[in-house]
Amino acid sequence: MEPSATPRPVDASELRLDLALQLLQQAGAMLPEAEPFSAAWLQGVVDALCDLSSKDALTGLVNRRSFEMALSREVDRVARSGESALLLVLDIDHFKAVNDNYGHAAGDLVIKAVADAIGQTVRPMDTVARVGGEEFAIILPSCLPTFGVTVAERIRERVAAMEVPVTPAQSLRVTISLGGAFAPQWVRSSSLLWMERADRQLYRAKAEGRNRACLESQVESLVSAEEKGMLFAVTQQESE
Amino acid sequence: MSTNMAPAAATSKSGRALARTLAVTSGKGGVGKTFVTANLAAALAARGQKVLVLDADLGLANLDVVLNLHPKLTLHDVFTEKATLEQAILPAPGGFHVLLAGSGMVEYSRLTPEVRDKLLYIIDLVKPRFDWVLLDTGAGISDVVLFAVSLATDVLVVATPEPTSLTDAYATIKVLATQQGRREVGLVVNQANRPGEGKLICGQLQQVLQRFVGPTPGQTFRLELLGEVKNDQAVRQAVLKRQLLLEHYPGSDAAQAIKALASKLLA
Repeated sequence: MEPSATPRPVDASELRLDLALQLLQQAGAMLPEAEPFSAAWLQGVVDALCDLSSKDALTGLVNRRSFEMALSREVDRVARSGESALLLVLDIDHFKAVNDNYGHAAGDLVIKAVADAIGQTVRPMDTVARVGGEEFAIILPSCLPTFGVTVAERIRERVAAMEVPVTPAQSLRVTISLGGAFAPQWVRSSSLLWMERADRQLYRAKAEGRNRACLESQVESLVSAEEKGMLFAVTQQESE
Repeated sequence: MSTNMAPAAATSKSGRALARTLAVTSGKGGVGKTFVTANLAAALAARGQKVLVLDADLGLANLDVVLNLHPKLTLHDVFTEKATLEQAILPAPGGFHVLLAGSGMVEYSRLTPEVRDKLLYIIDLVKPRFDWVLLDTGAGISDVVLFAVSLATDVLVVATPEPTSLTDAYATIKVLATQQGRREVGLVVNQANRPGEGKLICGQLQQVLQRFVGPTPGQTFRLELLGEVKNDQAVRQAVLKRQLLLEHYPGSDAAQAIKALASKLLA
């Protein structure tokens, strides 16, 4: 279909927006303050819907869809910049037992508490996503290999230390297992591959007894500072 | 450049010698990789060689821009079976042939088994028909670039004296040595500021490679300087006008350097 040269102006009042507005209201989203059905108001509604569709309803974290977008962006960014970026995937140990023993409402409380704990342990620039039932993923841009284990362990410890009240009389403790892999530097690759590598580490953490973090052993960076120093030693002298 | 990667005298079933395949790569973009490839192709053609330049920069091909070609049929059409290989191989100025990637190839900019198979298939088809197949790869060290390079018997790395270009060239050579087992790589220093700069840079790279990539027992790594192309006004003019340096400024220092590069490859 060819786009017409002059788009027909839309009469916003003809649009059926009741379902959209209902959704926003139910999600507790602020409706735009502009004149209803004005362009600014419509933009506000669309923005609010976009925001809603990129977040997980239970935890307010980034949902799977926008996580996948963020991960692809990060792969491309790192391929160009050569920066070090870490992907962590984690999941709550024996979560099924929580649901089975305490009910799904308790399970939801645990998921929320874990989401909050992760949020408190990472930097604002990191992307924390809920990618499945009790599965989370975190993209940590500009994270140096030497800090990878420290970050993963900090998250693990924070979760293990917290008590989640599921009834006025009962609190639960849960643990998580984490897997992590650094983005391939300089190499344009796919986000799928990066996710697979992190997942493999998560399986390893589970297999090694849970409540632990396993990171893929870091291959040495392509060009070290020492190599660069040697590379430019003579050429710099020459140009002086 | 001799190579121990593949015998130079490999022959097809029909008995005709298979083309020598040379991948031209750089790590960093914008260092004149496509410029060197196109003019080297013209220089080889002038020496009576049948040359094909294959645009292996699938994501961001610009061989057509450098040569001022407006192809109707491209590699994309061959991939999608809208054209035969014969239809897509076009004569270029300078007496060589090109197989252009064209637009619509973005979907092939990541290495999938499909892209791998298609590239392999194309290379196998063109090898018996030419003396030389030059693979103009994309910038960076993406898996597509590495795969394209792995298809070639010889590798030529283009670098400029700029630090970012040198670092990326070094990273590329290191990956080729460690991941593809290359023992010999050719180097062209483009935009050299003064005579001897190419030799200096090559020596420097070789030293760092020797130290950090290290010779595996019984083998040494050799980086051979095959060309030093001066930072030449004629090059800027040719690039701006989208002309071949060798056709329009044949007497320039840069053109002489490219011809010398061709001679070294044919030696």
